[in-house]
Amino acid sequence: MKKRAVFFRALLVSGFAVGMAGADENAQLVIEGETLVTKAAAPAHLQDNLDEIYSGWVFRSNETQALQLDDFDNPAFVFIDAAMDQYQQVEGSADKSCQSCHEDVEEFKGLRTQMPRIVDGKVQTMEDQINKCRTEQMGAEAWKYTGSDMTAMSALIGFQSRGMAMNIKIDGEAKPFWEKGKEIYYTRHGQLDMACSNCHEDNYGNNIRADHLSQGQLNGFPTYRLKNAKLNAVHSRLFGCIRDVRAEPYKVGSDELKALELYVSSRANGLSVETPSVRN
Amino acid sequence: MAKGVKPRVKVPKKAAAGDVITIKALISHKMESGQRKGKDGNLIPRSIINRFTCAFNGENVIDVQLEPAISTNPYFQFEAIVPEAGEFQFAWHDDDGSVYETKKKIKMA
Repeated sequence: MKKRAVFFRALLVSGFAVGMAGADENAQLVIEGETLVTKAAAPAHLQDNLDEIYSGWVFRSNETQALQLDDFDNPAFVFIDAAMDQYQQVEGSADKSCQSCHEDVEEFKGLRTQMPRIVDGKVQTMEDQINKCRTEQMGAEAWKYTGSDMTAMSALIGFQSRGMAMNIKIDGEAKPFWEKGKEIYYTRHGQLDMACSNCHEDNYGNNIRADHLSQGQLNGFPTYRLKNAKLNAVHSRLFGCIRDVRAEPYKVGSDELKALELYVSSRANGLSVETPSVRN
Repeated sequence: MAKGVKPRVKVPKKAAAGDVITIKALISHKMESGQRKGKDGNLIPRSIINRFTCAFNGENVIDVQLEPAISTNPYFQFEAIVPEAGEFQFAWHDDDGSVYETKKKIKMA
């Protein structure tokens, strides 16, 4: 029944609809015996616009979905392994590794569900937190915001929370940033004059050319993409989307993208963290 | 030794004698084909894994010769019959002469 609602909605918007083509729509994402939530009721702040939220996994083909079912088949784990070595690597003037302060990486269980969050009146993303540790605790050089070291470490930390529900705080201190992100989300950008919502809210489930549109949820990031065979950070993805509507993208690591990340992440509240996910 | 090389292997922890089991083996390796040119216009020298072997208690199970067009992080999946408890030994031979090895024990159920 719910499927029909989605279908009907898509029909209204574009005149023809593809629905959740490709994969079995009742497929379950079960990893190492744990079932992840890939469909959930929309969080309260979204209920005027969406009834249900879907993980991007639901929209991928059977073959791509299968890659995420087994941690051995999931190519992202090559990078997670590398990040684990990095975790133990002593660096910087303080002669410390990540491990010197945070003994076991499992200590980060649950952190990913709250990121980005507000710290000292600013949006703090996972990348910010990692670089803060590196510069302030380790005396090491900050990593490039979407560099491969950074993204792998972010994936390693995010992976500890896999299976837990996204739970981004949007009230209190976060409110103004969240509102700013929301404004960006619904503002049309670029020569194609499109807002994020035009694809990811009005037309998810439809195809634009060969691309099967998802809801653009961030619960699986950093995500391994088959198209570039590496882990991709949230900001690389947001940057790519804005570029693709032929707008001048905000800079990676900018306040605008962080606000947008906060808002878009909050749209996934209720879905399981899937880090590291596999997408095409 | 090439940078960032790390083998990963998945073998069931136990099996019954005579069982056919599935083995998965992956090594992270850049598999530079030797056909690409770098920024300076010169060829980047070839650096690949050229041979992969798996043995069970010293007896050969599979022996593969790899060629330059194989992608980054080569992944093998194959089946083997387990006659008894023992140990699978895996070895990847790099062009530069290094051999990356790993082992997995299997018990009888």
